Amino acid sequence: MTNATTTADKGAALLDGPDASPHVREALAATWRDPPGLIGMLCAINHKTIARRFMTTTFVFFILGGLLALAMRTQLARPDARLIDPGLYNELFTMHGTTMMFLFAVPVMQAVAGFLVPLMIGSRSVAFPRMNAYAYWVFLFGGILLFGSLAVNAAPAAGWFSYVPLAGPDYSTGKGTDIWAQMITFTELSGLLEAIVLTTTIFKLRAPGMSLNRMPLFVWATLVTQFMVIFAMPSVMLCSTALILDRLVGTHFYNPAKGGDVLLWQHLFWFFGHPEVYLIFIPPLGFISSIIPTFARRPVFGYPAMVLSLIATAFLAFGLWVHHMFATNIPELGKSFFTAASLMIAIPSAIQIFCWIGTLWTGRLNLKTPLYFVLAFFFILVLGGLTGLMLASVPLDLQVHDTYFVVAHLHYVLIGGAVFPLFGAFYYWFPKFTGRMLDETLGRWNFWLFFIGFNVAFFPMHLLGLQGMPRRVWTYPHGMGWDGMNLAATIGAWTIAASVLLFIVNVVTSYRRGAHAPADPWGGGTLEWSVASVPPPHNFDAIPVVHGRDPLWESTAQPQFVAGLAADAREVLATSVLDARPDHRPLFPAPSIWPFLSALATTVLFIGSIYTPWAVVWASAPVALAMIAWFWPKRRENARAVARERRP
Amino acid sequence: MTANRRSTLARTRPRDAESSALVLDVRTLPTYGYGHRSLMWWSTMGLMLIEGTVFAIAVMMYFYLRTMAPSWPMATSAPELRWGTLNTIVLVASLVPNQLAKRAAEREDLGRARFWLVICLIASVAFLVIRGFEFATLNVSWYANAYGSVVWLLLSLHTTHLITDTIDTAVLAVLLCTGPLEGKRFVDVSENALYWYFVVLSWLPIYAVIYWAARY
Repeated sequence: MTNATTTADKGAALLDGPDASPHVREALAATWRDPPGLIGMLCAINHKTIARRFMTTTFVFFILGGLLALAMRTQLARPDARLIDPGLYNELFTMHGTTMMFLFAVPVMQAVAGFLVPLMIGSRSVAFPRMNAYAYWVFLFGGILLFGSLAVNAAPAAGWFSYVPLAGPDYSTGKGTDIWAQMITFTELSGLLEAIVLTTTIFKLRAPGMSLNRMPLFVWATLVTQFMVIFAMPSVMLCSTALILDRLVGTHFYNPAKGGDVLLWQHLFWFFGHPEVYLIFIPPLGFISSIIPTFARRPVFGYPAMVLSLIATAFLAFGLWVHHMFATNIPELGKSFFTAASLMIAIPSAIQIFCWIGTLWTGRLNLKTPLYFVLAFFFILVLGGLTGLMLASVPLDLQVHDTYFVVAHLHYVLIGGAVFPLFGAFYYWFPKFTGRMLDETLGRWNFWLFFIGFNVAFFPMHLLGLQGMPRRVWTYPHGMGWDGMNLAATIGAWTIAASVLLFIVNVVTSYRRGAHAPADPWGGGTLEWSVASVPPPHNFDAIPVVHGRDPLWESTAQPQFVAGLAADAREVLATSVLDARPDHRPLFPAPSIWPFLSALATTVLFIGSIYTPWAVVWASAPVALAMIAWFWPKRRENARAVARERRP
Repeated sequence: MTANRRSTLARTRPRDAESSALVLDVRTLPTYGYGHRSLMWWSTMGLMLIEGTVFAIAVMMYFYLRTMAPSWPMATSAPELRWGTLNTIVLVASLVPNQLAKRAAEREDLGRARFWLVICLIASVAFLVIRGFEFATLNVSWYANAYGSVVWLLLSLHTTHLITDTIDTAVLAVLLCTGPLEGKRFVDVSENALYWYFVVLSWLPIYAVIYWAARY
């Protein structure tokens, strides 16, 4: 297009580098900063802005889901209570499960990754920053739809896994289940787009020298998780689409009277639903592998074994779904295969725990709040894992199926496996997110209340389940011997609430008045600690060149930095997939309102289709138009791209 | 040739005149690249993996329902072969202009890229018209029974891909004619062709399922 050599040698261009003038740094910050004002907020695409919004949104859903749980526990504190009627109770447990699984646990992990991954791999942005913004808006609108349905008393009430025939057109009248199914479409669309953003970022935007075998373990965990998203989420999108078609246009996928089959729903849902547990669980393994080396003050023990364990867990996760269906009429031989596969998951998990213990054992411990949360993870997850092994055996599963034993198990693995490490991660990376340190004393209170409250709330549920208390009952009669343990569980739930309230107080006060954080407050070894807390809009003044797994802990090798990327244009360095050799310098798009408008149009399409199938036809036009406008090159940006173009 | 190639590599140079420290200078790297070098290629691959998984699961739904059914297809005859087979021929034939558009784009030959893209666009209008006849000759409606539902699901899923690919191709063709142009647009044409391959090749198993699995 243009004569390459002349543009490259032009002295006038502003180029970055380790010795660049303050003027160049200001230019970089100005180039990568989001535009000001209200419209600017809607146009924002900086990965840190979007990730902070994403994390805050998922945390708000966590609080809302928690409040729903608190209402249920309060109802169950005494036998024969009349605080909440059975219909509302059905809505509450459905909304609680749906919120925690679809609006909190899976997206929060992608949100944290959206903030940290570019900083850990030495990049100025995620790949496709506009699509990243679009995915956030779609997620937000899907969540608002679900809670809007609760506000207008049309919430779904068929449980978070919406089994047919209960969720089918005959037994779930009203719009609740349709809204549930479209909420799935919103959140899974967002999750799948995030998966593409994150895998491309990890494959193509790593700093030179960061070959795959030097990637931080959190980045590995994120990469493995995104591949699982790609293979698991299509299943739930397809089955919830089939459900809404059965309900709205009279198809018969799940209607046995017309050749459909209700177990088809269970297969499709759990083919997603079991890997989903690992979508929630694998990123926290990455948090732990980041926190433990820092607070043990040594590199992690057994890096290759850790990576292989992550990949093995991901593979095995796809062979487990039938263990959710042991109480159905599938062949016994098939069940034994799934028992074996479920037991095998223990092997990679044990390898990782062994490596972490090895790291802690041989390190010099620095006991701070993030490490407390990680140590609690070991305790709780091992208990949850053991009940998991019990549930994987068919006879025991049949005995405790649909009882509180299952409720206890799933909260032990999900809260122990994901929420505890997530809180540890918040304490660990809060300085990077906000520039301030969280208070340690409040942190200890937060931790101990959570740890004690959690065990008081959920341990008795094992016993309740063994004694036969079914899950999802809105009340129980006096004289079953369940009163004391239910009261204990409720006290535990309120203790957790107090702990989370302390966390919010800690976040708010630290955000306003907390100690200013230096670039590397904990002495970490990965690249995010090499930049200021809060990182500048462009993340790195000069892109680092990586020579090992813990760049900040290793003696500097040459060259240390990259130079020559534009400071006055959103230029990034793309590298090769395996060895991260410098490859080309793509120009990234500027902030734009179109991702927001496209998300609005998508929302009209999805919500409209709940009320009339024709919305799929007429509402597609605005979606297509908004996306074409998004793609269409602007004259000025095009001129800039052509001026600096260099052919491959 | 070698001089040209050397000029598009990153090189190490001293940071400044006095020190022995080095810096990796990337200012001579190209600004775009084809195939797996490009970021968009990876996102297209991701999209293909996702949609391939959707197709695979839909095909599994078909066979799952078939194992449950006493007879297949349920209470009807198999879809007419005529239009589906014709469409398969047109789709496979469209791979030729598609590949030519890809090659022209990778050589950055604007005139040919434009020409072959327009031919592809004509082909895609042809499949959409024939697809209408396919729906009309399925011999079953989606609300008749589970067989009808899953057949309509498979055909509609693939039709959605035809429509999006037609729109993508149309937008690119218009952009190549009206501008504004830059080198990256050729990468877009090349990746559009990649997606086209996916849409055509994923049709072959779906065609086999809809038209032939119902006969055996």
